[in-house]
Amino acid sequence: MIADIIISGLINGSVYALLAIGFSLIFGAARIVNLAHTAFYMLASYCIYYATHRLGVHPIPAMLVAIVLVTLIGLICYKLFIDPIREHEAAVLIATIALAMAMQEIMLLIFTGDYLSVPALVRGYLKIFGVKIAYQQLLTFGVALLILAGVWALLKKTRVGLAIRSTAQDREVANLMGMNESRVAMMTMGVSVGLAAFAGAVVVPLKVVDPHMWMYPLIMMMAVVVLGGLGSLKGSFAGAYILGFAESLVVFLIPLGAFLKGSVALSIMIIVLLIRPEGLFGIAFEEER
Amino acid sequence: MKRSKLLLSVLLVACLLMAVGMPAYAAKVIKIGVIGPMKFVQGKGHWNGATMAAEEINAKGGIQVGNEKMKLEVIKVDSNEFLSMTDATNAMELAITRHKVDFLVGGFRTEAVLAMQDIAMDHNKIFIGCGAAHPELCTRVAKDYKRYKYFFRGTPFNSMYLVKVCFIHLATVGGIMKKALGIPKIKVAIVGEKAVWVEPMVAVTKKYLPKLGMELAGIWRPSAVATDATAELSAVQRTGAHIVFTIFSSSVGITFARQAGELKIPAAMVGINVEAQKDGFYEATERMGNYVMTMNTYARGVESNELTKPFVTKYMKKFGEVPTYTADTYTAIVYGLVPTIEQAGTLDADKLVAILENREYKVPAGKVKYSKDAQGRHLHDLTWGPGYLTSLGVQWQDGELKGVWPNRWKAAKGAPEITYKGIVPYKIAPWIIKEYKK
Repeated sequence: MIADIIISGLINGSVYALLAIGFSLIFGAARIVNLAHTAFYMLASYCIYYATHRLGVHPIPAMLVAIVLVTLIGLICYKLFIDPIREHEAAVLIATIALAMAMQEIMLLIFTGDYLSVPALVRGYLKIFGVKIAYQQLLTFGVALLILAGVWALLKKTRVGLAIRSTAQDREVANLMGMNESRVAMMTMGVSVGLAAFAGAVVVPLKVVDPHMWMYPLIMMMAVVVLGGLGSLKGSFAGAYILGFAESLVVFLIPLGAFLKGSVALSIMIIVLLIRPEGLFGIAFEEER
Repeated sequence: MKRSKLLLSVLLVACLLMAVGMPAYAAKVIKIGVIGPMKFVQGKGHWNGATMAAEEINAKGGIQVGNEKMKLEVIKVDSNEFLSMTDATNAMELAITRHKVDFLVGGFRTEAVLAMQDIAMDHNKIFIGCGAAHPELCTRVAKDYKRYKYFFRGTPFNSMYLVKVCFIHLATVGGIMKKALGIPKIKVAIVGEKAVWVEPMVAVTKKYLPKLGMELAGIWRPSAVATDATAELSAVQRTGAHIVFTIFSSSVGITFARQAGELKIPAAMVGINVEAQKDGFYEATERMGNYVMTMNTYARGVESNELTKPFVTKYMKKFGEVPTYTADTYTAIVYGLVPTIEQAGTLDADKLVAILENREYKVPAGKVKYSKDAQGRHLHDLTWGPGYLTSLGVQWQDGELKGVWPNRWKAAKGAPEITYKGIVPYKIAPWIIKEYKK
């Protein structure tokens, strides 16, 4: 059973990590709480569904097109709905949740509430310590690690990353140093939405596509980032795996309460926050910045 | 000038008379509110069945109510009950107070239907439920007949009978597996979504399994909209369960079947999986839903009686898919409401209730007879059993949904065998055979 819990927790955690990293990035760099983050993940899922099932496109090009398209939509949304009100955090919260609802309703109108699916990139499964793991799940796990490494490299090893970090550290000084803070925020938004779309592309073959598929991941993602420390990438990663393991523990140890896995994970978040209000990596986050 | 004024006055009076006369004309239409989650497949079934019924009845000239023929108008009411209970109750209020419907058919989630039922009863409107299965909906009729007598169950039969049919399916599949694979004692894992209608089913199944000579491997209760069931599947496999008894009405049915197929979990899926009843299931599971068995009301090529084929064929021709059970709004209107109205010759709800609760009539899925409880009180619940409604057992076989039960089924010792036309044998998944065949 221990092997089951570990493997299942790692897989669950990877899915949450994929989503939380992008969310954390835009908050850490531009102080934007984008509640439409998982709606972009949903949008990418529908794009892939449409391309593979309605247009007969192979899943890989469909995923690439979806990532580019959704990133573009994300940037347009940023310019139209977020940028003008960026300074008002509460307004951003409301605008992004409204944006997510609008996207949901549009998908509901176009595709109805039918449950749809997207083909897996790799079919079949592997047995590790007697536990069956679908190749697609392994792929998700691997991609989550790669993405984290990629985001880290982007932030630490590139000029764009330097700009993002310095803007996050002090917007005014960054401006005085000649950086276009608004453009940096837009770039960060592009990377963040791209990550959401990427998460959608990799994760969606494991999920059911429906217009409400963004809600539960949003709650879990929020829990992950709050648990890890708002804006901390390391924290998001750690938080994602903690909640992933918590969910697995519930399913294996309290099968009758399997539906409570989300609630238990959220309770853990609350407990951690009561003990450490800044989240697990709150201080580390300050150092990172 | 005087003449033109007179003409104008006459015209005005004529207009007024026409305006006053319009409601009288409108009253010649019987309005049926079709309430359901219209953006979802269950609501689509409600609406498709009802529109087909209205077209058929109106093509014949309408409904004979006493001395006059009245046309039938169906009003689409989106309850949005999957997402919001408040929306569901508001929709019911809207149907009754604004659209002024005469009757109501539909509803899906028990939680929502219980609330909608109360509103319909407040207005003394006959409401035929076509989706929710909880016994409480009809127990209310027996307990407080004066208030709840306007509610009738249209489909499916209550969850206690649903579980009974599922046990028969379970025993049938268990028997086949025992015989074919030499398994001495079948272990069963119960996996039921977290929903009100599932509670009595899980409780009864837990108690009844030993009577079927089966062993309980464990119970799992994932969320109805869980998007990942791999942890549950791993846990189920660890127990060595041969059969997974599924109780699903929502998207988790797709997730579970798809992931079980992908991981080739060596356990046969039997029970209720509403998503697996639909034509789109095979695609939705990316062809991983093969060999999933569920109870169902209709299947391609399977006939319960002489009314099945015409209904299923017409529905498939019109909507391009096999009807799901919520499309039994057709049955509720064509075979339930309309003949009752014609017999009563009135739209008076009390008079209609008195007739409908005592009628016995054939429908495409069998025969409807409203039952009474042990104390002889009207339940307005459907009678289950041979000769009445039995439902079907269907299984996905190579991408097609085939009827596999009743196949030489004996309802009791010494009773005649029942096999519906078009039934084929149940198939065990090859990976299960590989795992257990000695």
